[in-house]
Amino acid sequence: MIGGLFIYNHKGEVLISRVYRDDIGRNAVDAFRVNIIHARQQVRSPVTNIAHTSFFHAKRSNIWLAAATKQNVIMVFESLYKMCDVMAAYFGKISEDCWTPKENTVLTGNILDFGYPQNSETGALKTFITQQGVKSQITSQVTGQIGWRREGIKYRRNELFLDVLESVNLLMSPQGQVLSTNVSGRVVMKSYLSGMPECKFGMNDKIVIEKQGKGGRSEDGGKSSKQSIAIDDCTFHHCVRLSKFDSERSISFIPPDGEYELMRYRTTKDIILPFRVIPLVREVGRTKLEVKVVIKSNFKSSLLAQKIEVHIPTPLNTSGVQLICMKGKAKYKASENAIIWKIKRMAEMEESQISAEIKLLPTNDKKKWTRPPLSMNFEVRYLKVFESKLNYSDHDVIKWFVTSDEVESTRCAADAAGADEKKEGCPVTSSSSSSLLLFLLSAL
Amino acid sequence: MMNDSLFSLVCAGEIFELKAELNSDKKEKKKEAVKKVIASMTVGKDVSALFPDVVNCMQTDNLELKKLVYLYLMNYAKSQPDMAIMAVNTFVKDCEDPNPLIRALAVRTMGCIRVDKITEYLCEPLRKCLKDEDPYVRKTAAVCVAKLHDINAQLVEDQGFLDTLKDLISDSNPMVVANAVAALSEIAESHPNSNLLDLNPQTINKLLTALNECTEWGQIFILDCLANYTPRDDRESQSICERVTPRLSHANSAVVLSAVKVLMKFMEMLPKDLDYYGTLLKKLAPPLVTLLSAEPELQYVALRNINLIVQRRPEILKHEMKVFFVKYNDPIYVKLEKLDIMIRLASQANIAQVLAELKEYATEVDVDFVRKAVRAIGRCAIKVEQSAERCVSTLLDLIQTKVNYVVQEAIVVIKDIFRKYPNKYESVIATLCENLDSLDEPEARAAMIWIVGEYAERIDNADELLESFLEGFHDESTQVQLQLLTAIVKLFLKKPTETQELVQQVLSLATQDSDNPDLRDRGYIYWRLLSTDPVAAKEVVLAEKPLISEETDLIEPTLLEELICHIGTLASVYHKPPSAFVEGSRGVQHKRLPGSAGSGESVESPDTGSAAGVSEAPPAVIPSQGDLLGDLLNLDLTPPTTTGPPPPSSGMQMGAMDLLGGGLDSLMGAGFGAPPAAMPASFTAPVSGGLDDLFDLGGGVGMPMGAYSPPKTVWLPAMKAKGLEISGTFARRAGVIQMEMTLTNKAMSVMTDFAIQFNRNSFGLAPAGPLQVLTPLSPNQSIEVTLPLNTVGPVMKMEPLNNLQVTDVHIYLYHKSHYYLHSRQVFLATWKDIPNDNESQFQIKDCHLNSDAASNKLQGSNIFTIAKRTVEGQDMLYQSMKLTNGIWVLAELRVQAGNPNYTISLKCRAPEVSQCVFQSYEAVLKN
Repeated sequence: MIGGLFIYNHKGEVLISRVYRDDIGRNAVDAFRVNIIHARQQVRSPVTNIAHTSFFHAKRSNIWLAAATKQNVIMVFESLYKMCDVMAAYFGKISEDCWTPKENTVLTGNILDFGYPQNSETGALKTFITQQGVKSQITSQVTGQIGWRREGIKYRRNELFLDVLESVNLLMSPQGQVLSTNVSGRVVMKSYLSGMPECKFGMNDKIVIEKQGKGGRSEDGGKSSKQSIAIDDCTFHHCVRLSKFDSERSISFIPPDGEYELMRYRTTKDIILPFRVIPLVREVGRTKLEVKVVIKSNFKSSLLAQKIEVHIPTPLNTSGVQLICMKGKAKYKASENAIIWKIKRMAEMEESQISAEIKLLPTNDKKKWTRPPLSMNFEVRYLKVFESKLNYSDHDVIKWFVTSDEVESTRCAADAAGADEKKEGCPVTSSSSSSLLLFLLSAL
Repeated sequence: MMNDSLFSLVCAGEIFELKAELNSDKKEKKKEAVKKVIASMTVGKDVSALFPDVVNCMQTDNLELKKLVYLYLMNYAKSQPDMAIMAVNTFVKDCEDPNPLIRALAVRTMGCIRVDKITEYLCEPLRKCLKDEDPYVRKTAAVCVAKLHDINAQLVEDQGFLDTLKDLISDSNPMVVANAVAALSEIAESHPNSNLLDLNPQTINKLLTALNECTEWGQIFILDCLANYTPRDDRESQSICERVTPRLSHANSAVVLSAVKVLMKFMEMLPKDLDYYGTLLKKLAPPLVTLLSAEPELQYVALRNINLIVQRRPEILKHEMKVFFVKYNDPIYVKLEKLDIMIRLASQANIAQVLAELKEYATEVDVDFVRKAVRAIGRCAIKVEQSAERCVSTLLDLIQTKVNYVVQEAIVVIKDIFRKYPNKYESVIATLCENLDSLDEPEARAAMIWIVGEYAERIDNADELLESFLEGFHDESTQVQLQLLTAIVKLFLKKPTETQELVQQVLSLATQDSDNPDLRDRGYIYWRLLSTDPVAAKEVVLAEKPLISEETDLIEPTLLEELICHIGTLASVYHKPPSAFVEGSRGVQHKRLPGSAGSGESVESPDTGSAAGVSEAPPAVIPSQGDLLGDLLNLDLTPPTTTGPPPPSSGMQMGAMDLLGGGLDSLMGAGFGAPPAAMPASFTAPVSGGLDDLFDLGGGVGMPMGAYSPPKTVWLPAMKAKGLEISGTFARRAGVIQMEMTLTNKAMSVMTDFAIQFNRNSFGLAPAGPLQVLTPLSPNQSIEVTLPLNTVGPVMKMEPLNNLQVTDVHIYLYHKSHYYLHSRQVFLATWKDIPNDNESQFQIKDCHLNSDAASNKLQGSNIFTIAKRTVEGQDMLYQSMKLTNGIWVLAELRVQAGNPNYTISLKCRAPEVSQCVFQSYEAVLKN
């Protein structure tokens, strides 16, 4: 199993070093720093073998996390990520400061024992550290079947928030042919519920319908009940009873307290892109570049896209940018090497345009500008459901947000003057989020 | 214990200050001081000087303080063992504390203190904790047993902790079960035969129940343990699979990969016509694809695993090509891995898309990536015949870009395409020649030279081109020098008149001015060949080459099987068996996939690892990338260095050991299976391709051992031939096949005017000269006649194959074998290429040779051993031979030490010859 855990700041100074197994020598800490962090060439694999010791490393913000082992191990990266999550949850963010030794030593001790991952539940670990009042319960909680929730939670208002975050990936050839699109979505829940609530969550995707013969339950969602979305695959937070999902296609769980990612899903079929983005890049001589980007909304009338942000990358040798945009505000940010164009809201079938004139410093650098893809983010508030029928004792509020952000990646035509690169891609707010139509909550 | 850290310098003043604070009366101050100490400790400073003072703080009611002190103890107890004893009492007391957290903490900490004196005191508290009422304590105690075993294995066994641990598998709490399983699995790894994890259907059932209830990490422990179980029949394996499949939707990708491992393994047991088998295949694809939307590091791990899965079961992901298209923002390590998988999945159906993508990639910025993309285009051409033309034109487009490394890479792959499709795309040579000057990498230069040499007759100025390379002969790398030598000899054989000077020049450069033995030897061989027998030289140098096969970097099947059993672990990321990177005895067990339904193969043979883990020769790993060219050019100069000793060196070691006397044999015995025979330390099977020419010569000029030739048998009894009795045999002398006959006149009158006629036969044998019996044969006189034969006669398939008119003739002598399959890759690929139906298996009984002796003996008959592996005490010899009629026969000979029965599997495109080849084997081996 994991023999040692080392955490460094970006300079390579050790923030934490814990050795769990005897076979990892103390010099492993330095070996990693010398060979990976301060390596002359960029290291090209997250798994490296230095002097018979295997190192797994990941970099999160400015922190290097490394696990060392001499055995044939598994699951190391997941443990590292979990550790980050726990830290982030405990300190609010991951930065150098949060690796101060005080709580960490206790934390790392509880997460890994003899290199075996033991517990990575944020909630439970918090109790381990604070150790107030619930001392005796914690042991039964972490070993019990519901390790992620302690008993006796009480809220005056029982609330549950559900965010659906989707990112659309679109890959397009320089000729404008769509190579592949997929939507990967995350359902993030914030639950503030009392007791041990048994929750059920339904989707009207094809799987359910095929399984049950009819989409009977989906009318609760109110609309577009006939439209169903095929989901390629989904993964669940471990509070979800997987065997039940496998047999009955129902998602039932006792939620952890607070914020967590309930599920992730992935779909590739019938993706309607809600925006079209048409960029035009023209290189005028060696020191000037003209960029024009048109976005067109392409969704149903009932919806409104908000907080639209388009990220237009610029070459590294940009010296100045002049911008004209029809709508919203645009600004060149030198630190990000990009033009950020923000639009407050856009209704259906609307079109907007920005044109920019980029002045370039002449360079003799032969390396071409790699033309990174544009990306855009936006949010669609969609479907606010206030459900009062639920047989939860108090009044319950379920809010629905559909935030969609889009990551779009396109490789561009590399050639100069007048090359017309088309990139588009957008989230599938309307179609895909309607797949999450039914939400049932029942109290124990 | 810890002085080498950069930050270990804590100034004396600081220590002094801390000391004072630790001994303070105020609790708060004490606590703060301990925190400071721990803070220094975690960043790697040496605060061991404070040991007694910190231990004094141990007896406290404050849990937080206690934890910190324990942490300190774990770190420094080993450096101060005598002082650590002071802490024992507190530990023992804490193990009785009413608070389960403290009990667990105490037992956890005690296990981490690697001091013998303390471990003695640990046993009693541990025993109590293993039976504690609180599951949290029990699960901590379970891990503690593994810790204790690591420190003192004997103690754990003596105290009976292993049995207690086994009992915990049936614990009511899933978390305890999971930790017990984890601990047992780890202990079992160092005791391969102990049968610690006695998996039977009942325990499996318990584990499967616990699987649904325990934490994600516990699920991983349990799944990994399940993977070691061998179900009794396909029904059992199906029911396990059914209960494991829900794990595929877990958010933790490590759980998913472990579940995939279990499924991949148990799938072997399922009959392929079962409906469930198809369902399972379908279920496996989406989770694997989903792993690709995880964090990049996980994507990398997933891709490495997918690479294995695709090789084992390509059908799972064959429709998912698009998800492996490279994204702009993928890290480079993800991009490179995706590219690899794209090639594996490329088929006629999707080749157009793949090619378009690859062409894009070839214009990217990252040099390594671009190179790999260009190479991938070449591999597509070789893999999908229909696309070859498009690939070639794409490559030509890329050459036009004149980007240096693109051009070089393109030339390297075009050479491979020539070898796959000879006489098809030679029209592009002109374009290639234009770029001659820009080539500066040895690999590309060697490839170009090979092309020029190979097609010398089509390139008008081939001599000029090669001459230009020759100018800087000494500055070239060995690879290029060797290739240049061969190319010029080829050129000379094709155009002898104009190039005599050139060839003399290169031969003298190679033999006189070079100190590289390979080069010198090759030079001498060519020289001698050319001076003694130009015809033979032509046959050797310009011999017909076998077509290269599509998949050149497949992982060897047995290794692949083992790696499949290690999905989700480090081994699957490295694509190496654990024994290659794990030190000591741990994890060197070879895992194998269970046999398919019905064959009921045992999973682990009992003798693995019994050698106490002394340097078990790791199975050879075929390098997954690179090295390709070297092999294609017969220049395997860099034997795969990815793992420990590859087979060639093991052959050499063997020789060396014999020189040293048998002293080392017992040490290495386990590694190599049978102890080496007392054979003279002659070269064992030639493995490295660079030597092959040498061996051709060796084979011709007289084998050291002499080729086996069977005793003469009576072919034609006198009764049937008017008194002439012919007995004869076939032999090979000095590389020429000869028919040796004894003619005996048993008639009453003198016989004269002998002549011989050969009918058409399967091997194209024909007399090379007239039968010369000069004197008349008087009655009762015998005469020995030797008739040289060649194999240029018309080939006609005969039934049986080795019927040469007169009687049965053993064919093995005629393995003309100007070359044998010279590299393991090619062997492997060819082996795969031949359909399984053509495989036949035979038993050779009562043969008391060990594998090396057998290999030497066979080599004497031109059956060459290409590779040798030792798997579980069995030596596997991979051999090839070519019959004179151009049929390749590949053989796998399994020799088990102490077992006189060999198993031989033969694969050949013409299955008819298998029987004969087997007979030859038997005859050779038994003589």
